[in-house]
Amino acid sequence: MRRLEPAAISGVMSREAANFRTFWQSTVFSSTVEPVIYLLAFGLGLGATLVDRVDGLDYVEFVGTGMVATAVIFSSALPAMFGTFVKHRFQHTYDAILAAPVDVEELVTAEMLWIGIRAGVFGTFPLLVTMIFGLDPRWGMLAVPFFALVTALGFAGFGIAVAATLPKIDQFSYVTTLVVTPLFLLAGTFFPIDQLPEWAQVAAQFNPLHQLVVLVRNASIFGFEPTDLLRLGVLIAFSLVMWRVAIARMTERLID
Amino acid sequence: MAAIELRNVHKSFGKIHAVAGLDLEIPAGICLGLLGPNGAGKSTTMRLLTAQAIADQGSLRVLGYELPREGKEARAKMGVVPQLDNLDVDVTVEDNLRIFARLYRVRDVPAAVDRALARARLTERRGDAVDELSGGMRRRMLIARGLVHDPELILLDEPTVGLDPQIRTEVWSLIDGLRTAGKTILMSTHYIEEAERLADEVALMSEGRIVDRGDPKQLVAKHAGAETAEVYGPPERLLQARAEAEAAGLFVRPAGPAIAIVGSESSTNGAIPADAVRRPASLEDVFVKLTGEELE
Repeated sequence: MRRLEPAAISGVMSREAANFRTFWQSTVFSSTVEPVIYLLAFGLGLGATLVDRVDGLDYVEFVGTGMVATAVIFSSALPAMFGTFVKHRFQHTYDAILAAPVDVEELVTAEMLWIGIRAGVFGTFPLLVTMIFGLDPRWGMLAVPFFALVTALGFAGFGIAVAATLPKIDQFSYVTTLVVTPLFLLAGTFFPIDQLPEWAQVAAQFNPLHQLVVLVRNASIFGFEPTDLLRLGVLIAFSLVMWRVAIARMTERLID
Repeated sequence: MAAIELRNVHKSFGKIHAVAGLDLEIPAGICLGLLGPNGAGKSTTMRLLTAQAIADQGSLRVLGYELPREGKEARAKMGVVPQLDNLDVDVTVEDNLRIFARLYRVRDVPAAVDRALARARLTERRGDAVDELSGGMRRRMLIARGLVHDPELILLDEPTVGLDPQIRTEVWSLIDGLRTAGKTILMSTHYIEEAERLADEVALMSEGRIVDRGDPKQLVAKHAGAETAEVYGPPERLLQARAEAEAAGLFVRPAGPAIAIVGSESSTNGAIPADAVRRPASLEDVFVKLTGEELE
């Protein structure tokens, strides 16, 4: 049998889809309502009192477009971490799947694709909500689900690798506190990166979420620049590296 | 061609030598019971056969495929029923089966699902979430899931562990149906009765290797003779009875509140107390005699 067989990957994804049908309402609810709350709190609250315009944008538009990155990381890295851990340790789901003609590479690829597609869709919700708050539609916005998907794939791989590495689910709080939170705060979602100290600006260039934020703002408001290809390349490279890391970690965890 | 061929297989986890020089050949069309206590290496053997564990040494062939290199090919033709219930509990019975039919590349998925539902006698419950099924139904469902692609070889890992007697009987009848249908079955168990009832041959496993195998009745006759005498009484009486039986060259083992004198029919010199309870020798007598370990 070949490597990365589409039948194996789609089979694993069909399992995810069947499970998702049992809880999609709550996930869609939180993915829609959360950006509304953030926009009301930061965009309208902060925007109406302390900050008027940022980088030539209404603050609500600045935050709304940046919120795509927040939605992407929260709907990819966290479900990947917790979902993978629960399926492996508590539900023993992967033992059942790996007893079928599916290998770890196909399993991880399918899990990443499923989470990536889901996060790609949920990542566009803040943009849609911001349009209700006054953001004008542009053709470039059609590229946003793709940018969100590529970034989410990387964070899904990251989450799976974390779940395969840490021995206890309680230890995930170290990852959310030390990795996830700094990444989404230093993405340029709530304030521009160029007002930060030099070192932080350099560090932000290595943050995939910052690259996503810039791509989304260019797609939605400013228009694309040649350097956006480089930003997209960084996101693709990030996803490819995380894919292989997740496979390596899961192989170590699942195969005795 | 044998369905399973293991030659000098070793697998360690740190200092624990879970499988230690295992040789096992299973011809097609039989049900082999792999009998041993917890920790004998049965589950590790099962994982080696699905390439979810990689042997440190030795060769493994399943249905003609070399493991772990051709693990996917072998798994496509075998069905695995795990010890632990790992069904998707929020998903319907039908969807659980459909997912695995797809994973096993079944061409006619609806027909395969219908067959599996009929086999598990769950056709009426096809639209219910697995969470709504009783314990017995879930176990039947787990077996049906492992058979959804009509495999040549079936691995049953402790198929009735933790089940109450009524459900255990239900599962036995399902397994017996598979055996009658001529499927090759490898069933690990630590229940003597399960092995005696269902297996054409029993392999006794201890400390990661097979100590003997054969037809259950022949194994009993070979190692334990025809009869075992159980002696009950206070500890000092049991000590005395044991000493006399051992002096007569008989094997004696503890059996709960009693001692069991194996091969008691061969004693003619009064080594067996007159009030001893005589019963046919069992596979458990054989197992304890060969390994020194107790089964549950």
